[in-house]
Amino acid sequence: MTTPLLSVKNLNLTIPTGSGTLHAVRGIDFDLHRGETLSIVGESGSGKSLTSLALMGLLGKSIARSADEMRFDGIDLLAANRRVMRDLRGNRIAMIFQEPMTSLNPAYTIGDQLTETLLLHRKVSKSVARARAVELLEKVGITAAESRLSQYPHQLSGGLRQRVMIALALMCEPDLLIADEPTTALDVTIQAQILRLLVDLTREMNMAMILITHDLGVVARVADKVAVMYAGELVETGPAQEVFATPSHPYTRGLLRCIPQPGKTERGAPLGTIPGVVPSLIGEVSGCVFRTRCPHARAECRAEIPQYGTPSHGFRCVYDDGALSEEGEFA
Amino acid sequence: MSNAPDPLLQEIQGPSPRQMLKTRALGHKGLLFGMAVVGLLVLVAILAPVLAPHDPYAQSLMNRMVPPVFMGGTWEHPLGTDHLGRDYLSRLIYGARVSLLIGAVAALISGVIGTAMGVAAGYFGGKVDAVVTFLINVRLAMPVVLVALAVVAILGGSLTVVICVLGLLLWDRFAVVMRASTLQVSRRDYVAAAQVIGASTPRILLTEIMPNIFNNLIVVITLEMAHAILLEAALSFLGLGVQPPTPSWGLMVSEGKNMMLFEPWLVLIPGAVLFVLVLAINLMGDGLRDVTSPEGRS
Amino acid sequence: MLTFILKRLGLAVLVAITVSFISFSLLFLSGDPAAALAGETASGEDIEAIRRLYGFDRPMLVQYGEWLFSALRGDFGESYYFKLPVASLIADRLQVTMLLGLCGILFALLTAVPLGVAAAIRPNSIIDRLALFLSVAGQAMPSFWFGLILIVVLAIQLGWLPPSGASTWRHFVMPTIVLGYYAMPAIMRLTRAGMLDVLESDFIRTARAKGAGETRVLFKHALRNAIIPVVSLAAVQMGFMLGGSIVVESVFALHGAGFLAWESIARNDLPTVQALILVFSMFYIIFTFLADVLNAWLDPRMRSA
Repeated sequence: MTTPLLSVKNLNLTIPTGSGTLHAVRGIDFDLHRGETLSIVGESGSGKSLTSLALMGLLGKSIARSADEMRFDGIDLLAANRRVMRDLRGNRIAMIFQEPMTSLNPAYTIGDQLTETLLLHRKVSKSVARARAVELLEKVGITAAESRLSQYPHQLSGGLRQRVMIALALMCEPDLLIADEPTTALDVTIQAQILRLLVDLTREMNMAMILITHDLGVVARVADKVAVMYAGELVETGPAQEVFATPSHPYTRGLLRCIPQPGKTERGAPLGTIPGVVPSLIGEVSGCVFRTRCPHARAECRAEIPQYGTPSHGFRCVYDDGALSEEGEFA
Repeated sequence: MSNAPDPLLQEIQGPSPRQMLKTRALGHKGLLFGMAVVGLLVLVAILAPVLAPHDPYAQSLMNRMVPPVFMGGTWEHPLGTDHLGRDYLSRLIYGARVSLLIGAVAALISGVIGTAMGVAAGYFGGKVDAVVTFLINVRLAMPVVLVALAVVAILGGSLTVVICVLGLLLWDRFAVVMRASTLQVSRRDYVAAAQVIGASTPRILLTEIMPNIFNNLIVVITLEMAHAILLEAALSFLGLGVQPPTPSWGLMVSEGKNMMLFEPWLVLIPGAVLFVLVLAINLMGDGLRDVTSPEGRS
Repeated sequence: MLTFILKRLGLAVLVAITVSFISFSLLFLSGDPAAALAGETASGEDIEAIRRLYGFDRPMLVQYGEWLFSALRGDFGESYYFKLPVASLIADRLQVTMLLGLCGILFALLTAVPLGVAAAIRPNSIIDRLALFLSVAGQAMPSFWFGLILIVVLAIQLGWLPPSGASTWRHFVMPTIVLGYYAMPAIMRLTRAGMLDVLESDFIRTARAKGAGETRVLFKHALRNAIIPVVSLAAVQMGFMLGGSIVVESVFALHGAGFLAWESIARNDLPTVQALILVFSMFYIIFTFLADVLNAWLDPRMRSA
């Protein structure tokens, strides 16, 4: 087995607040190889975006990061200084954000913003950078690419801006692309186009991609691997098909019940919901975080939950056989 | 039913808005300092006849320019005497009356004008708004000091004239802020609700709009009061505001200016008092803004 | 953009006309300008003669119309006191005031903008507190008193600068500081608030994700957006400052237009006062108009609108 492109072990993020320390992200482990797409799924506030910002080294000053390992292509991200991180960002690790409407600088043209990335990281002339920008705009499906370079963000629609953001991320042919809810703010028809574009591009450029989303439909279509995140922890990770076929954690099952599945969900049957709210993460967090909402919760759930399953498909739940009865779940 | 607050209910609801306001106010150093100084000076102004050691108008050509006690003077005149031998401390104490009176009344007059214009513009919009916005533009284009000086010069400098001129000139900020606040408030649902149930316009303005823009009004009143006090001092300094022998701090600086070479304290003391008063009022205004709208802090 | 400029220009002209009417009617505030002009000792016949000489006996609107049309041709009448054409009198003195205003606004911008940026980068740091202190103090400082203190310290005690006059650049140092300090607090606060706001925005995160260095993020990406409203404010402040020059010029005995205003007010020289009010208002109107146009040009969203 080859060494992974990105390897994260026991990542923890804490935020000091007035009423105690907020343990926003706890014990995250995952590996990612070239050409793979990992999808991190979870509700809003589960710590998905923070995890991705932690990889980029773009957390706010108030957030503390610790991990046993964070390695990208042999570079220790934990020990990397600002220079090293700056050289990686936009160059070898690129990111696409959730809000295409506000993620571009209103004061500069599309061309200026696209070429800036390349000019920052490569010793190329402006004309070369512009040619690369045109090439990428065409690749992400923008017509009249040449003339778009002199336009300002406000002159483009949301879908176009997100395409520009993708082109921006690809300017330096990164090894890893982090897409944080890239389609959430867009119309449904455009969502599908953007998603297909991302998948095609990762294949074509042999990039690794981390796709952060709360939309399981998106995951099913594009991800090789899935990591299900709940309240700052990965409750289940594994190959996408396996996780969808045999979900082992009650939370994953709950999530899957919330979306209609062709053939499985009966016509007219109510969709599932997960009752309850996410617990507070301020102060010490112990045991299974999902126990407050889990229909199978029992006393052992308060204790430390070991990892079960195979190395490729793991989950954290006291029901270690992964064969919970289908009965009595989230009615 | 008892009026005592139910402890359980209190725990669920948390502190009331009034309690939270009080907590925030007590934690705001600028506000506390400002209120303390302004309160003290208001007290001094009210009690001037009791506090002043001498008659502020009594000249004594034998005792001209006696230095303050910390510069070798005596306790007879703690802050010395001016070029006419009048007790400087007494003049300062009576000067507080002039400054505070002018500041308060001018802010009140301009507050009434500006609030009426701003609220009308914000609530009715359309042509009313266009006219008010235009008038604000015209007012901002006029150089305040120059116009005030000219008018005071034409009408003759007296306390009443200075107050009226400043009151008629300083309504612009009231109009701007009240217009914006009214615009914001009148879009809220409770105003629409009042309109739907058929409340009359004056009733809506008084019971729905005014209470909700009152906090902003108080803030502007304090800041404009400071503005008016500074302007009066400048006018009097230029010799075209309050006329001698009325003790005005601006006038005292102006009178001391000629002796500034040898007796700099004649200028320093009244200017410093003026600075502290305006500073305190501004701190109070800024503090009130912070405390009443914690989300809109700059 | 063109429609915006035309609309804005129309507003400027309307404001200018209204201001001109108000400054003209100041003359009639005293009730009888002829009596005011003639002085307290004049007889009824003298007043009547003056009334006819200056045309005060005609309807006010006719007088206003005449005055406005002469003013448009650059003729503001003759000064009662200096016995010179008001226009040339003002033109002479305006240079000093313009120079002072320019120096003042430059001083304000050069101190307030860097201070505002530094304060926004590290909120609640020492530099933020210093900036806050300077702005709070600046707003409470009576400018005439500040000027006198500078004279006492820098001119008299230390002897570094001349206390008054306008013959060399050293004469302009203290007036510049006093006038500039007047405009500083507002510019500083707006820069700080604007930077804090912009630094929170998504496109700044994008710039960082590109691998841009902190300096580049701050100045190329953040300041470029935060500075747009500061431009308007600077123009407004410049307009206010020219009006405020009257105090500063009298403290430092700088014989500019502000000093002229003071002299002519003290001497009841109404044609000069009227003309000066109009001229100062015009500067304000022109500055704010130019600032709005510049603003629209700086902001791509408005440029293409």
